[in-house]
Amino acid sequence: MDTQLSIIPTNLNDIESIDARSEYRMTNLRHGKKMGPLKNDRDEPGKTVGEPFVEYPRMTCRDVDVYYGNKLAIRNVSVDIAGNEVISMIGPSGCGKSTFIRCLNRMNDTIEGCRVTGEITLDGMDIYDKRVDVVPLRAQVGMVFQKPNPFPKSIYDNVAYGPKIHGLSRSRLELDEIVESSLKKAGLWEEVKDQLNQPGTSLSGGQQQRLCIARAIAVGPEVILMDEPCSALDPIATGRIEDLIHELKRQFSIVIVTHSMQQAARVSQRTAYFHLGNLIEVGQTDQVFTSPRHRLTQDYITGRIG
Amino acid sequence: MAKHFDRELEKLKKKILSLGALVEERVYLAIKAIESRDPDLAKRIIRSDHEIDETEVEVEEECLKILALYQPVAIDLRFIVAVIKINNDLERIGDQAVNIAERIQSIAKYPKISFHFDYTEMAEIAAAMLKQSLDALVNLDIDMAFRILTLDDEVDDIQGNAYSQIKQAMREHPEEMTYLINLYLISRHLERIADHATNIAEEVIYLIEGEIVRHEDFNRL
Repeated sequence: MDTQLSIIPTNLNDIESIDARSEYRMTNLRHGKKMGPLKNDRDEPGKTVGEPFVEYPRMTCRDVDVYYGNKLAIRNVSVDIAGNEVISMIGPSGCGKSTFIRCLNRMNDTIEGCRVTGEITLDGMDIYDKRVDVVPLRAQVGMVFQKPNPFPKSIYDNVAYGPKIHGLSRSRLELDEIVESSLKKAGLWEEVKDQLNQPGTSLSGGQQQRLCIARAIAVGPEVILMDEPCSALDPIATGRIEDLIHELKRQFSIVIVTHSMQQAARVSQRTAYFHLGNLIEVGQTDQVFTSPRHRLTQDYITGRIG
Repeated sequence: MAKHFDRELEKLKKKILSLGALVEERVYLAIKAIESRDPDLAKRIIRSDHEIDETEVEVEEECLKILALYQPVAIDLRFIVAVIKINNDLERIGDQAVNIAERIQSIAKYPKISFHFDYTEMAEIAAAMLKQSLDALVNLDIDMAFRILTLDDEVDDIQGNAYSQIKQAMREHPEEMTYLINLYLISRHLERIADHATNIAEEVIYLIEGEIVRHEDFNRL
């Protein structure tokens, strides 16, 4: 009873006080002023908040640093990629998200002066081990780029090229099957089955991107890396790629870099936020977009830094 | 975009707070009417309810517009969702004030009655809960929000008292049944006001913490 007596307003009989109260409230309502138990970047610098690790990882990254010459591009990144999940990488330009996914199939090897330290494994195998051949690695960890980049060949040959050089088929018939099933998985078969000998570049942008996805699928990857795969596409083509990502998740793990927060929210189960080369937060996508745990994540996704 | 968005948010905050002020005023008048049994005051409460209804619709339209145009996330999304729900609770509190006014109109027809239940304490706690729930929203004061949740039990206890006392009075004075039923219903309406204030407090907790605390047992806290 003591507690409630202290809270009963003494001015309940004063009707004007309600207006005054309301005015006071308006001047004091400062949105986000002391919002929630958010982590700050000063709390534990360099430590990723949230849940970067999973129980059954397909790929693991531990203490990964990437240097371009003397410049440290990403710092101390540790995160897992689970089987059959879509994980999206978000963050402002230059934050290191593309650099990071390019480590996952050693695409950074092709960049002069780029050095990767730490450990990255695929199914328990260290992909930076000297004995690893990057050609089959890049088949296992395929990549789709921002701009569709089909080979200047026919639609058929775009898809058949990979299986041919990796020796995945013994006969023309087998190769036909691989091409058909890859195009089907990429959701392109019905549109191109009567024009397989036409050049890949004759297709629309969205179709070209799906052709590139079919090309990546054809060599039987485990992980597909997508670096802003929809940024050159219209909303309809984007919607088809997003549907496709959803389908492909049954068979592959997908790591997608995107500048569209809505896209990350739509397609991924987990989201990772990068900021100035640090991996700030990793969590379930719905949690990250409703209740991020780190202030930097919240500021970025609500458009308050950019 | 951030600037446009902040301007829209500011507008929405003004609107929900002015709805809060309207509703607080109606609750205050309803409590006055319980004390004074003044049928004219009751009529005034009933006639002015449309103001609350209109403001509620405006707040909801504002929220829908912001959702459609800005697709807010994180704290911004939680704020909009909290406002949508608080908006609904405030409107319902306004309805309870109208219900009380209607009870007062019937009660006022019985000038000579043998039994009276003193609702002062219950009304004050319910009004305080409403006031504090709005203060908790403004100050993002999670401790205050949690305190409101515990106050709800006290309101329920007083309603229990009203129930047993009025039941007894009905036995003794069955000829005053209509009056006594209306008198009892006032406790029901006050209890609903406290419930809606509790909902608002829960929305404030969700807004701050990002966790839904509804349906939890607060007696363990």
